[in-house]
Amino acid sequence: MTRQSRLWFFLAAATVVAVLLVAAFLALPHFGGGFHPYGDRSVRAALAHRTANAVAAVNFDQRALDTLGEETILFAAVLGAVVLLRQIPGERQEAPRPAQVPAAVRRLGVLLLPVALLVGMYVVAHGQVTPGGGFQGGIVVATALHLLYVAVDYRALERIRPLALYEVGDVAGEAAYIVTGIAAMLAGSAFLANVLPWGTLGTLTSGGTVVVLNAAVGMEVACGVVVLLAMFLDQAVRIEESPGNSAATQGRTGK
Amino acid sequence: MTDVLIAVALFLVAATATAAVLNREPLRQALVLSFLGLALTLLFTFVQAPDVALSQLAVGSAVTPLMIVLTVGKVRRGSTSREHSIDDDDDDGGEGDVGDAGDAGEEAR
Repeated sequence: MTRQSRLWFFLAAATVVAVLLVAAFLALPHFGGGFHPYGDRSVRAALAHRTANAVAAVNFDQRALDTLGEETILFAAVLGAVVLLRQIPGERQEAPRPAQVPAAVRRLGVLLLPVALLVGMYVVAHGQVTPGGGFQGGIVVATALHLLYVAVDYRALERIRPLALYEVGDVAGEAAYIVTGIAAMLAGSAFLANVLPWGTLGTLTSGGTVVVLNAAVGMEVACGVVVLLAMFLDQAVRIEESPGNSAATQGRTGK
Repeated sequence: MTDVLIAVALFLVAATATAAVLNREPLRQALVLSFLGLALTLLFTFVQAPDVALSQLAVGSAVTPLMIVLTVGKVRRGSTSREHSIDDDDDDGGEGDVGDAGDAGEEAR
């Protein structure tokens, strides 16, 4: 296909998409209006199960099966990265060298690390009460740990990051979600149904299974993102091509 | 007032997204992408979706750019050692490597 015909093909397709989008947008309820059929129903359902954060109620109660799918997508992506970015024949590990970091950056990092970790855990723990939850808080926890890489060096990060433990945590979070779903079936209800006591609205223990599923996702996301970034960091810092062996890179990039 | 804030955030999203597409240098693209993440975070906050804003802030402005930067660093190191067939001893990928950016981009296409 020549450059010009490709451009025309794109313009034709873009016109069709634009017309469809505009037509769809014109039929939408007006922006900022008071008509929210889905919102009203989901907020009512969230309050019926004593979950103050309606979004958490949608994610972990009304649409808990969808969240299992999303969690599994992340799980599969991390697994794929672990397989693709492993050390292959023709590559060797190099010990990461200590890095020179300005004292101000180092001090700021050491100061921010506990604060960021605490914020992340707060966001996970309060998922059923305030905005946030396992996914958001999990990523904050995972990125907070990497402040050590920025403020000190890779060796410091590796010392507090026993990768095998985080891999186990990743699997445990994924498994806990499914086990909670099956437990609801054993209790005589449907898969992932909210069978636990709902508690008092606005407290940490409110929401029934929302609390459990939220914690499972928090664990899975925090450990999964740590493992994912560890794979990328190992490739960037540790894993080197053996001298005189270009087959390794060629094998990986498929050239 | 909220409408003005939403309009400003929408404009920022459009501007940073266009800049991310037009930028051809991967490292700079990663930086622009993190600004796009920040602009999207503002937009989501203004339309009262704090849950999505939190995820966008963590993923869009921190994790994704970091993964791109690490990948670009690795790819450049691999391509330089193959082209010059020497085991390079410097891996901080400083300014000296900027010239290779175009090559890396060409290879990817």
